[in-house]
Amino acid sequence: MLKDHAKLMYAIEATGEITGRKKLQKIIYIAKKLSFPFQERFQFHFYGPYSEELTLRVEELSNLGFVEEIREKKGGYFQYRYSLTDSGKEFLSLNEVEMPCLPDCLLDMNEQNARFLELVSTVLYFENLSREEVAEKVFTLKSKQKYTLEEISDAYSYIESLKEKAKSLV
Amino acid sequence: MGYGTEKLMEEKVFKDPVHRYVHVRDRVIWDLVGTKEFQRLRRIKQLGTTYLTFHGAEHSRFSHSLGVYEIIRRIIDDVFKGRPEWNEEERLVSLCAGLLHDLGHGPFSHSFEKVFDLDHEEFTQKIILGDTEVNAVLMKVGADFPKKVAEVIAKTYSNKQVVSLISSQIDADRMDYLQRDAYYTGVSYGHFDMERILRVMRPREDQVVIKQSGMHAVEDYIMSRYQMYWQVYFHPVSRSAEVILTKILHRAKHLHEKYYSFKQHPIHFYSLFEDETTLEDYLKLDESIILYYFQMWQEEEDSILSDLCRRFMNRNLFQYVEFDPAKEYKKMAELSLLFKKAGIDPDYYLVVDSSSDLPYDFYRPGEEEERLPIQLLMKNNEIRELSRESAIVDAISGKRRTDHKLYFPADFLSDYTSKKNVKKQIQALLDR
Repeated sequence: MLKDHAKLMYAIEATGEITGRKKLQKIIYIAKKLSFPFQERFQFHFYGPYSEELTLRVEELSNLGFVEEIREKKGGYFQYRYSLTDSGKEFLSLNEVEMPCLPDCLLDMNEQNARFLELVSTVLYFENLSREEVAEKVFTLKSKQKYTLEEISDAYSYIESLKEKAKSLV
Repeated sequence: MGYGTEKLMEEKVFKDPVHRYVHVRDRVIWDLVGTKEFQRLRRIKQLGTTYLTFHGAEHSRFSHSLGVYEIIRRIIDDVFKGRPEWNEEERLVSLCAGLLHDLGHGPFSHSFEKVFDLDHEEFTQKIILGDTEVNAVLMKVGADFPKKVAEVIAKTYSNKQVVSLISSQIDADRMDYLQRDAYYTGVSYGHFDMERILRVMRPREDQVVIKQSGMHAVEDYIMSRYQMYWQVYFHPVSRSAEVILTKILHRAKHLHEKYYSFKQHPIHFYSLFEDETTLEDYLKLDESIILYYFQMWQEEEDSILSDLCRRFMNRNLFQYVEFDPAKEYKKMAELSLLFKKAGIDPDYYLVVDSSSDLPYDFYRPGEEEERLPIQLLMKNNEIRELSRESAIVDAISGKRRTDHKLYFPADFLSDYTSKKNVKKQIQALLDR
């Protein structure tokens, strides 16, 4: 029952707390691309890979009282913080989730900022393209973010380090 | 004159119950409609299992795709044409993308995608870019034209204004399916003044905005969307049919993995079971093929597969009760044990279905800029997000309802010829 919900709860518990909807979306997307078995379907939206299913699932978890969603005003918009509640922890303890190598990758991603994770997820989205084509996509589709070639290169290195981390822990 | 600008000698029209007529003047569009990949959409229902609840809902992805094309054609030819913010060179790619946006949908695609981990968007890309009749037509426009059309549909095209015509919170796709689904299901929701909305749409640098004077028409559209979700798309009976369909696919896959000897061998499913579905295999699938198997599998030796197929074909669906996972997850474990004692496999006959299992979305104001919200163009040229101006939209796009239901076969439980006491215990638990 609610196996896919339990996987998300496991991810939130592993990080302790995730700040920002965008960050949550990108972390789960990147984890999925690292072959962790998240079932949520992602599509490219105006600001990168996004999953409506993930949004709704987190909303369900919040309505069920398993995940606490704290809304805070930040500048001109609202930001959300997510953590697992006690009843969420109890539910999770009764539902086995086996992704032993996930927490280490998640903790690492959670230390990155949302802007960088947006770039990493975009690079992963276009992984079938050459580096030059990816850079062109980033500059065209994310022109407002003003990413540099150096940042794109950092994104590639970061993806490699995450892959190593995921592999070494298997 | 190039193929991309070639016009038919006479305009062709499709009679359409939603838009009255779908007008085709461009040779490319006419040729695309005639391809076998596009014709395949006639054999895929727009609303999957919903026809088991609303018997009129037999309409296909073919008619929806034509409808989306027609809406985009009207926006471009009747509203955007001649406006400085609109580049007329984007007309053909927009029309083609609208027509082809659902090309990769398979039979009962929601269940199939879940069980076999497929993605219809990926197949849309493959059909447009692969060795297909659709690709051959698009290539005649230009070598890079198929790629452009594919990018618009994938939302990675450089001109975001074009993308937002087909994919945004108020796009041609939604405007067609809301009206079409309302028409064919026969419900009285889902209607709004589309003509008015089209007239107040304005192209801007990277999106399409709505003139402030059209706000009330947009409110009506948002209300229609909200009502259609709860009255049609999230209908518990359609969800019951979807649950059974999903379980049939799981069972067939499981039996294949266990080397079960099918009376009717699932030839068309082999590549799905083995997770190596090629484009060629995929294009052979449509709902007539799938229903043929379900019809035949009613005679299988495996009692679970034959029972589930009988249920689906004869509309003997699962019953449901409201379920609160937060308060009742321990009850679920208890029920699962009792089902096993009663000889009813809970993996197939006791199912929790959540609103997030369904493929539809709500209007969201788009905080943190994740999804572009509907933007109003105010009289002073300022852009304002819709829910900040409209109290109605603000009210229904705030905290959204979520919903979980527990599905089970009531007829099995009321059959007291065996395990009467256990079944009574189950019923008592379900009634609690």
